[in-house]
Amino acid sequence: MTPDVIVVGTGLAGLTAAVRLAQDGARVVVLAKGIGATHLAGATIDVLGYDPGRVESPAAALPRLAEERPDHPYARLGAAAVGEALGWLGAQVAAGPLAAYTYEGGLEENLLLPTAVGAPKPTAMAPVTMLGGDLRRESLRVCIVGFRQLKDFHPMLCAENLAAADAGGRIEARGLELDLPVTGRADVNAQGMAQQLDDPAVRGALVQQLAGRLHADERVGLPAVLGLRDPHAVWAELEHRLGRPVFEIPTLPPSVPGMRLYTILRAALRAAGGRQIIGPEVVGPLGGGPRLEGLRVRVGRREDVRRAGEVVLATGGFASGGLALDSRWHARDAALGLPLAGVPADGAPRFVPGYFDDQPMARAGIAVDDELRPLDAGGEPVYENVRVAGASIAGAVPWKEKSGDGISLASGHRAAGLILQSARAAAAAGATLEAP
Amino acid sequence: MTLDVHAHDATAGGVLGELMRGSLDHCVKCTICETQCPFSNATPLFPGPKYVGPQAERFRVAGEPSPDASVDYCSSCGICTQVCPQGVHIAEINTQAKAELRKVTGVPLRDQLLARPTVAGRLGTPVAPLANWTLANKTLRRIGEATIGLHRDAPMPKFAGRTFQTWARAHERPAATRRVAYFHGCGANYYEPRLAEMTVALLEHNGYAVEVPKQDCCGLPAQSNGLFDDARGYVRRLVAKLVPYAREGVDIVATSTSCCLMLKREAREILGMEDDPDLRLVSSRIFDICEYLVAMHERGELKTDFAPIRETVTYHAPCQQRGHGIGKPAMDLFALIPELTAVELDAACCGVAGTYGLKKEKYAISMKVGSELFGQIAAAPPGLNACDSETCRWQIQHATGVRSVHPVELLHRAAGLP
Repeated sequence: MTPDVIVVGTGLAGLTAAVRLAQDGARVVVLAKGIGATHLAGATIDVLGYDPGRVESPAAALPRLAEERPDHPYARLGAAAVGEALGWLGAQVAAGPLAAYTYEGGLEENLLLPTAVGAPKPTAMAPVTMLGGDLRRESLRVCIVGFRQLKDFHPMLCAENLAAADAGGRIEARGLELDLPVTGRADVNAQGMAQQLDDPAVRGALVQQLAGRLHADERVGLPAVLGLRDPHAVWAELEHRLGRPVFEIPTLPPSVPGMRLYTILRAALRAAGGRQIIGPEVVGPLGGGPRLEGLRVRVGRREDVRRAGEVVLATGGFASGGLALDSRWHARDAALGLPLAGVPADGAPRFVPGYFDDQPMARAGIAVDDELRPLDAGGEPVYENVRVAGASIAGAVPWKEKSGDGISLASGHRAAGLILQSARAAAAAGATLEAP
Repeated sequence: MTLDVHAHDATAGGVLGELMRGSLDHCVKCTICETQCPFSNATPLFPGPKYVGPQAERFRVAGEPSPDASVDYCSSCGICTQVCPQGVHIAEINTQAKAELRKVTGVPLRDQLLARPTVAGRLGTPVAPLANWTLANKTLRRIGEATIGLHRDAPMPKFAGRTFQTWARAHERPAATRRVAYFHGCGANYYEPRLAEMTVALLEHNGYAVEVPKQDCCGLPAQSNGLFDDARGYVRRLVAKLVPYAREGVDIVATSTSCCLMLKREAREILGMEDDPDLRLVSSRIFDICEYLVAMHERGELKTDFAPIRETVTYHAPCQQRGHGIGKPAMDLFALIPELTAVELDAACCGVAGTYGLKKEKYAISMKVGSELFGQIAAAPPGLNACDSETCRWQIQHATGVRSVHPVELLHRAAGLP
């Protein structure tokens, strides 16, 4: 029962690759040391927000970026592949278990959505429940509503920063904090509040508390806690009962919209017959190349071997543990020990003083070719049957560029496409996609 | 300097114990464990694995009162450790903290009893009709709840009135070239001997001689109830029975997935028995039965001429089955049975967590945790349920009225075995 493909990692990149492969009939197993960054990120799909000024149209900016930075992941992927991946994700969400909850947007123009601290963030695609917060409007009056019991969202801070971020005086924002007691608990996180709002009675209390406290043309911004089970219905109900546009703003972790996205992709994986195993840690390669035979996997106190014909490595960057940096500045790919590009040489500067300056280490990661295969220092593929997807690919500074979701989504989508393509080519040549 | 109890207490298990506790420094407070914890999502009495684990552990200092008793509401299901992307051994830290807490608060009689299933098994088996009548008697169960705190509705298994060990001693082993040792556990011995017999028949059908050593409890219930010294004693005695096979290179299979996990990893990680060479040897040779059957299939050893079963079976992979990190081999095996429709359920937990859901103060929480699973079973087409853990099966039957069987039962049937 050897799978055709093992996908390592269960964040946006890994799940995207796995779902696409499984839907095309490949036998796929997702192995992940733990749950990925879906539960931490805002679940908007940021493709390219800054380059270095604010990007209004990723479709226009991506080709230029690829030309100027040939070592950037988008130079490997190309704008067309990014657009295709966005369309694919939109279709998955629309067909998913959360019914009318959809993703809107695309490559043509960035939305400009508020973050939890009230910073305007350019993003290409977002859940329909967030669109009402688009700050590109001529004029905007918003009331940011929070809850005393939700300690991870501060409406006054959000409103104050929103107003301050807008130099032209188009945005009028104020904060309002409600008291929405949660039985038995002093406070809750975003997930706990979302579970509360799955309950119609709690939504009733919310609407009641807002009655008479909103100005006529004021939109309502809420932390992204409008339910986990049927978020579209919760959002639509609040818009209807409050008689005005309502929008969600991503919170600190846990990310409720991220959990929804995970739910949708995991359901798609299961529906397509793919498997997911959470807990095992990939600790090394099996076989010395050019074809990887499989993976050495540790579970608890035991190490096992898992074979597969193809591997997608989607383990994330330094924050997710896909890349590791020790106190002596040895940087490595944690799963397979692949060589990393972009690590400052011994004696070269490792930091520059300004926090937001271009840090020498920032672009470190696994260098890949156009087929997303990992490259060694000489620019040669290390393994011909390994594709790298997501944040471990070298060359981007996602937190400055606001490019992380786009890179993960598009590289995961492309990695699957490349594997399917080579399987079809092999099938046409009379062979089948099989483990070595 | 204040000494830290876990870093210096030998009971926490030397180097590995420190590795477990030390892993809390990798916690980045990302909350992923809390999004997945079935228990904190069901009751405010358990504030969550991160809160009572990596966070509260920093305040648990030797000789000082523990700042946090809510860790008692942790079920030790292990999901937090599985989902942690940073490698923090949350469940292990919490189970150890629970045991430390019990050192101060003491262990109630009820938990002392639940911790020793073989004692109940030995007492109940010869008087099975009386014991079963007692457990089914509403008045007596109410008294049991009032006196020792065993919930009146908690799912208690029925004594079979015979033991699998007795059957195995009388059973004549067919000649076979391949050998395997069978760790059946207390559940199969006293309550479900038929499952153990089916397991033997299935393995023999595929050319294995099944050896059944005398055996006692694995120590998991004692560990869960904070009796670590007793648990270690159980592990050592069981390992002494199993290690001769491991030394000879004979694999050991287990039908109780949680007891198997105890020997694979929990005794090493939670009880701190990493330095026990016999345990390590057994641990490297023991397999969950479904894991082993799939491996046999991959080696070409499994007869796959199964007869069709025209039924629907819902499958729940229990928390501790998932702790093996082997995926869901039962689903792979079901796929070999013609016309069987296997529906994989995706609810996290049935709520019982071994002995947790049997307790008066935890029964309602346990049923609430399981409600999603029970709902999925109720919504599925009528048929059987399959699940790898005995206490989970009893909980599922209790809550849904649907018969819940070990996956082996379906394979045994499809193989046409008597």
